[in-house]
Amino acid sequence: MLVSVAALLLAGALPAQDTTELLNRMKAMEDRIHALETEVATLKGQQTAAVAQAQPVAAPPEPVSPVSPVAPVSIGGAGGAAAKVLNPDISVIGDFIGAVGNHGGRATPSLEMHESEVGFQEVIDPYARADFFISFGEKGVNLEEGYITFTSLPAGLQLKVGKMRAAFGRVNTTHNHVLPWIDRPLVSQNLVGGEDGIDDAGLSLSRILPSPKGLFLEGTAQVFRGDSDNVFSAVRRSDVAAVGHLRAYSDLSESTNIDFGASYARGHSPFADGKNQLYGMDATLRWKPLRRAIYHSFVARSELIWARTSAVPALIYGVISPTPVPPPFAVPPPSLAKPFGFYVSGDYQINRRWIFGGRFDRSQRGQCLPTNPASPTTSCYQYPSGSAFVAGTVPLLQDTGGSFQLTYVPSEFSLIRTQFRRARYGEGLTANEILFQFQFSMGAHGAHPF
Amino acid sequence: MFRTYSALAALLLAAVPAQAAPKINVMTATQDLAAIAREVGGDLITADSIAMGYQDPHFVEPKPSFLLKLQKTDLLVVVGLQLEIGWLPPLITQSRNAKIQPAQSGYMDMSQYCNILEIPQGQVTRAMGDVHPLGNPHYWLNPDNGRRMAKALADRFSAMQPANAAQFAQRYAEFDKRLTEAEKGWDAKMAPYKGRKVVTYHRSWPNFCERFGLNVVDYVEPKPGIPPTPAHTLDLINVMTREGIKLILVEPYFDLRTPNSIASKVGGQVVVLMPSVGGNKEIANYFQLFDYDINLLVNTFSKLK
Repeated sequence: MLVSVAALLLAGALPAQDTTELLNRMKAMEDRIHALETEVATLKGQQTAAVAQAQPVAAPPEPVSPVSPVAPVSIGGAGGAAAKVLNPDISVIGDFIGAVGNHGGRATPSLEMHESEVGFQEVIDPYARADFFISFGEKGVNLEEGYITFTSLPAGLQLKVGKMRAAFGRVNTTHNHVLPWIDRPLVSQNLVGGEDGIDDAGLSLSRILPSPKGLFLEGTAQVFRGDSDNVFSAVRRSDVAAVGHLRAYSDLSESTNIDFGASYARGHSPFADGKNQLYGMDATLRWKPLRRAIYHSFVARSELIWARTSAVPALIYGVISPTPVPPPFAVPPPSLAKPFGFYVSGDYQINRRWIFGGRFDRSQRGQCLPTNPASPTTSCYQYPSGSAFVAGTVPLLQDTGGSFQLTYVPSEFSLIRTQFRRARYGEGLTANEILFQFQFSMGAHGAHPF
Repeated sequence: MFRTYSALAALLLAAVPAQAAPKINVMTATQDLAAIAREVGGDLITADSIAMGYQDPHFVEPKPSFLLKLQKTDLLVVVGLQLEIGWLPPLITQSRNAKIQPAQSGYMDMSQYCNILEIPQGQVTRAMGDVHPLGNPHYWLNPDNGRRMAKALADRFSAMQPANAAQFAQRYAEFDKRLTEAEKGWDAKMAPYKGRKVVTYHRSWPNFCERFGLNVVDYVEPKPGIPPTPAHTLDLINVMTREGIKLILVEPYFDLRTPNSIASKVGGQVVVLMPSVGGNKEIANYFQLFDYDINLLVNTFSKLK
């Protein structure tokens, strides 16, 4: 078309013979261009068809319907294989925490790259998948979890083997970056090992149990080596730890659901040659209207934990030691600490980017028994060695705290949170702190179970 | 006597109906896929879905109640292209159902059978927002992809129940015929508005707009998954004013304040289009999805003239 217009424009300015010759040459060029355009279109169509046939994941079984032959189509997306071949999904989640104010004896750094969690997750074979979460702190590395999950067992069973967070309650199973707070509740710090929690090598077998319609019941039985800081310590091979968990879930409506759990854990006490037993109850109420799910939600949680811990605090070289004391130091017989603790919390999502929440904590702990983060041990000196424990009961201290959190979520892959925390610790010390957190993730981090 | 017994036995056998094959228990990620499965499966299957049509399919809570359904599922049909990446994988893993694990016989990714748009070329980073690196997953909004999915499902059902293959093939043929007829009507209705420029909230509509000739110029979201920002909103108002764009298409699960504010500034209108079957009570099947959206668009365009 353009060639013809140009030819017409030029025609008036040239002699008749030259004009005819020029028009002929231009017509020939126009034909040639048309021929080339047709050839290019044909080649493009062949290329698209070749790409479509070469889809590596699952080629279409056959042409599924009459499709216009003119418009080239791209059947299937780029295909997962094209993005990562057979490598696992890799992710890194950074967790930066700062703190200002009076820590009341449980000191945390003013500024800290608290954790960098690296995740590797992939299907192993048709029968299993594997998940690894490696936690890099500023001073060391820890395998937080690394386990294989067998997804194809008979009788509705599921088996996990490896190192994993035990299915005790809610907070213990939760990675730092999924918590709705910057810290962990006092009851978790005092009785369940704090951030590390019951996290050990072992086996976990779970099954969805028969139940009335509308009720989801799941039972989990776990056996671990029996080593979790401040919770269990395996002196002998037979000192394995056992954990049991029963979960009951029900949808109250399409927007509201409720979740109950009962947990039990037992293992060898790290504080005496005896048992440590933990009993837990947890409840979670969630509300999320489906039509506005990305803007508003509310979650209320509570967890109650009772402990029965054998303990023999003793004085060694002037230092209180809550661990089993080797000879020749004489120690009193094991006594039993029976602390109880709980927390109640609620979080309301105000709009797409802002979440406001609060938490109330109260937890007892055995006198001189360690917490995570560590408590000051000075108050132990107030008790003459052994004298307070001969009655068979370890004296208890009680910590009480409360906090408010405000979270800003710029995108699915980052958040900024601040938390005002006030706590009155059993030693008589009071904490008034403002914590702040920057959390950010890279790569493909698989969704965590609900 | 022998004859009598033989006759009685024959009568008894005749009275016992031939044991029907159990229905194929289909679970789908979205209601659109369930609707298409019902079209070709009829009463030979049962189909249920996880995400509701009025729910943002990117953000679904992986509730344990879904596990009870997935546990008994024969065929899990997913949209793919990482639409369900935030919620479906843990459900599949916890389902204890070997059949529906990825790449097993009971797992079906429909994106493998459809024409996919917006497959990113070159480097993909999160600086581009919550972009889908494998292509735009809202492909069911082109009826031709609906046809492709129906064919793929009919083939899969036939492979699972060869005895009923003829019925599945017939149901697909009927669906194809009805869809072809419906497309003629939809095309006729949309023909006067071909080439109209529109703005959409999220990148949910490339397949629909390409199929029916609408031209998506910009988005309310500055980038996929990123909420509207004041700067981008101002830019968008300028673009709409400059190009005379009057229509903003919004999915039912997004807040309408920003789109309404933009529309009031440019003298335009916000239309809440339904991206999925089940988006409201009027949309119970795949045909009604396009009927609803196209009628709504046509009415709005005619008023905007």
